[in-house]
Amino acid sequence: MTTATAPNSTATADCRDADLLDERKKQVHRAGQGPIDMACNRESLAGAVSQRACVFCGSRVVLYPIADALHLVHGPIGCAAYTWDIRGALSSGPELHRLSFSTDLQEKDVIFGGEKKLAAALDELIDLHQPKAAFVYSTCIVGLIGDDLGAVCRKMSEKKGIPVIPVQSEGFKGNKREGYLAACKAMFQLVGTAPTDSVSPLSVNILGDFNLAGEIWIVRGYLERMGIQVVANITGDGRVDDIRRCHGAALNLVQCSGSTMDLAKMMKEKYGTPHLRVSYLGIEDMADSLYAVAEHFESVDPGIVERTRDLVREELAALMPRLRDIRRDLSGKRAAIYVGGSFKAFSLIKAFRHIGMNVVLVGSQTGTQEEYQELETVCDPGTVIIDDANPLELSHYVRELDVDVFVGGVKERPIAHKLGVGFCDHNHERKIALAGFEGMYNFAREVHASVMSPVWRFVPRRSKRAAAPSGADA
Amino acid sequence: MTLDFVELDGPCAGGDAVSGDCSGGCGGSCAESGAGCADSCADGCANGCDCSDAPEAGPETAADDCGLAPVSLKAAPSTGGGKPGKAPRPKRPDFVSTTNACKLCTPLGAMLAFRGVEGAVPFLHGSQGCATYMRRYVISHYREPMDIASSSLGEKQAVYGGGPNLKKGILNVMKKYDPVLVGVATTCLTETIGDDVGGYLREFRNEFGDLDLPEIVHVHTPSYNGTHMEGWNAAVRALVDQLAKDRVEPHGKVALLPGFVSPADLRHLRDLITDFGSDAVILPDLSDPLDGPALEDYTPLPEGGTPLADIRSLSGASAVIECGRSLAMTPTGSSGSAGSATAGRVLHERFGLPLHAVGLPIGLRETDALVAALEAITGKPLPRRHELERGRFVDALVDGHKYVSGKRAVVYGEADLVIGLVSLLTEIGVHTVLAATGTRGAHLAESIAAVTEGLLPATPTVIEGADFEEIADTAEGLSPDLLVGNSKGYRYARQWNIPLVRAGFPIHDRFGGHRLLHVGYAGAQALMDRIVNAVIEKTQADSPVGYCYL
Repeated sequence: MTTATAPNSTATADCRDADLLDERKKQVHRAGQGPIDMACNRESLAGAVSQRACVFCGSRVVLYPIADALHLVHGPIGCAAYTWDIRGALSSGPELHRLSFSTDLQEKDVIFGGEKKLAAALDELIDLHQPKAAFVYSTCIVGLIGDDLGAVCRKMSEKKGIPVIPVQSEGFKGNKREGYLAACKAMFQLVGTAPTDSVSPLSVNILGDFNLAGEIWIVRGYLERMGIQVVANITGDGRVDDIRRCHGAALNLVQCSGSTMDLAKMMKEKYGTPHLRVSYLGIEDMADSLYAVAEHFESVDPGIVERTRDLVREELAALMPRLRDIRRDLSGKRAAIYVGGSFKAFSLIKAFRHIGMNVVLVGSQTGTQEEYQELETVCDPGTVIIDDANPLELSHYVRELDVDVFVGGVKERPIAHKLGVGFCDHNHERKIALAGFEGMYNFAREVHASVMSPVWRFVPRRSKRAAAPSGADA
Repeated sequence: MTLDFVELDGPCAGGDAVSGDCSGGCGGSCAESGAGCADSCADGCANGCDCSDAPEAGPETAADDCGLAPVSLKAAPSTGGGKPGKAPRPKRPDFVSTTNACKLCTPLGAMLAFRGVEGAVPFLHGSQGCATYMRRYVISHYREPMDIASSSLGEKQAVYGGGPNLKKGILNVMKKYDPVLVGVATTCLTETIGDDVGGYLREFRNEFGDLDLPEIVHVHTPSYNGTHMEGWNAAVRALVDQLAKDRVEPHGKVALLPGFVSPADLRHLRDLITDFGSDAVILPDLSDPLDGPALEDYTPLPEGGTPLADIRSLSGASAVIECGRSLAMTPTGSSGSAGSATAGRVLHERFGLPLHAVGLPIGLRETDALVAALEAITGKPLPRRHELERGRFVDALVDGHKYVSGKRAVVYGEADLVIGLVSLLTEIGVHTVLAATGTRGAHLAESIAAVTEGLLPATPTVIEGADFEEIADTAEGLSPDLLVGNSKGYRYARQWNIPLVRAGFPIHDRFGGHRLLHVGYAGAQALMDRIVNAVIEKTQADSPVGYCYL
């Protein structure tokens, strides 16, 4: 081939649904068109550019925000390098989690085993940083060379007098979900190892918020106004000692069901701690979550329902006028959502309704069959529901559905931007808190800032429309 | 090796400035012997051999060799009670672990290099996470789509071998992307289970010979061996080795192997060669694939990159220019992973092409060396446009020198980038006090000595195999005024309240990092402007007087 023009013109993404790889067809559904039967939680298809990550990634993102623990990645350098300071995960105190520790395995270690190096690494790093606990992440290669992570960790735990916990997160042993489970198992080793003396009967643990931009502080603020003690943040702004005594809490609040529900289930089984599924995104979900918590504690503290109602009323009175202007501008615009866990998508769909926007595409990396069925019930007819999408599919639907703003993570951003579509980061790299009532306002402002920018007038895809005399897109 | 290629002819070439003859056992071997040496030090030399002394021992000896007054860097005054940091940082003698790595993993470099070929799909043979992590990392710098396919091995394949997934993966990539080339790189997973990728690909070509198959180039890039630069170099070599097989009619184009530079750099280098009246084959060429225009229709593959036909017909080039002093001195990766030659040497040995090995053309003298090569190849003098750029840069050197004279810089990143940056810094009067790279066996000390010889009061401290904590530990005794390197050094710049002048990859905390120009006279000018202004801005911000005239 000698041509210098795009050699791939035949594959220009003029793909209809029919052009989906056959194996992918069962992972796309249009709401309202026949029964939904998604084939999810499959292994990603070889050769399809999945937006998914690996087991290690799942464990790493869940445990990462525990700020006073040492997080040592046992493997070659990549896994540690790519997760260095990967998320905001703000801490109100120590920031040990923002350093990237690796055993940086070399060829020699792969051949002769990495246990000695791991032990030496733990020895030196624990002495230097004096963490409250250490998590040791297993990577692909450790699973293959057969290092006995458990034995090394046990020995170091005895030697250093702190919990040294192996995380069985070999990358190839599944996707992020298995990583979440491995992280929960690791945390569960800490639970129940400290006294619960000062824990109030009106107390909760916050599971599944990672405080990327201060969200957990917003939620804690609401709970404290309701008179509820938060025992442990799991894991945003997390502390080892809090997790050790979190079995004393009366209730577990579980957001981001995928990542921490396993821990809630383990605690339910062993300590009988009940749990509530909550969401802090959007108005209804935030309010519903607080009311559910109030109801749970009503028998202990009858005044709590009234206090909660006052809180919600107060917050909404402040929020709604601020949303009104934004809603006027955004009314009728179209949104696409692609997130890690499908649970977040529910809240986002509702949040978009509050600012007058229609969600036309919704998908996730790791949703389950049940979650997608539930998702369909809150979607408008025709909304495309997609599991484990790749860039080609996403870009196809973004164009077909004429999306105004795409909500996703950093991997989705260039797809949206390349096509001249607005973007709202709802993932690791965001720096703006999107939880709670004030988070709803931040979210609306984020979307507004992107959708209403004048730049869309100049991108090829929209330039014609913007040039139209009505100028409706101003 | 007695190749008749043109040797590095920058300043101080052949000066043998640093013998690396460091005193004290392990020191020399640490600085010199590269792969595995830090490990052997850590494991084997516990008795009285402090690896952390090695980089410090080197420069002292170097200073002797250069005939300069020996400066004890250990005794370098930490003026003002240690400018960097308020509390003393805990030191980390002979640590085996890595904290805040100053390198990325080997396959990432290969993926980037493959992205620079027109119509190529970079393909990782390994588990899904690697591809996703690398995409995310690359996207955050370039702000462009970066598709990396993966064979997505699961537990079963890790046991029974990844061949079927590799083949199926390539077929799926063909279906969705219709690629001209698939660039397959291995990962630590597939290297450790011993997948015979070459064998699988032979089988693949036999099984599916009836299809219109893309070219498939493969490279071994276990991430436990080397850094992203070894991966980059190995992939470039593999492209040349596996595609440039036939001798073709001379076409007179200049083959340029530029190393890992920015899209802006690549455009500038192409202009330079074009202005000399020659066409260029630049391999790889990331300029368009990773810095493309807004599109109406999404294309699965970005436009641009080195055309396959141009790689196949490299034998017809008038000459090959290979950038990178470190690359020229070291094998690309260790045995078994990448072979011992560079892409340039492959072309030279296979087709007898004249090979001009130059440094990354950053700063005046390194650009002069590239220009000299182009003048020799084309028989033409430096075009007027670039002569003027050079003249303006020299003028700027004079105008700006007082702002930065004697300022102390810490420079880190890929070895060849560091060498170029140090060369430029030295020309503008900034004293590099520490030059560090995460790579081992890069012969960094020799190159740094070469580009600073006669211009610095003391040869800088040089560390190979460094992580950021080691860089920080060393830097704290050296009272730096600024950092120069990628954005991962920001936390230290912040801690020490000194400017970070961003260069190289990745730049995750600024807009337009991939548009930064480093090379050529114009790149030297752009870098100097940014360095001088960083110093001025710091002076201004720290001043109790609100100067608006500096």
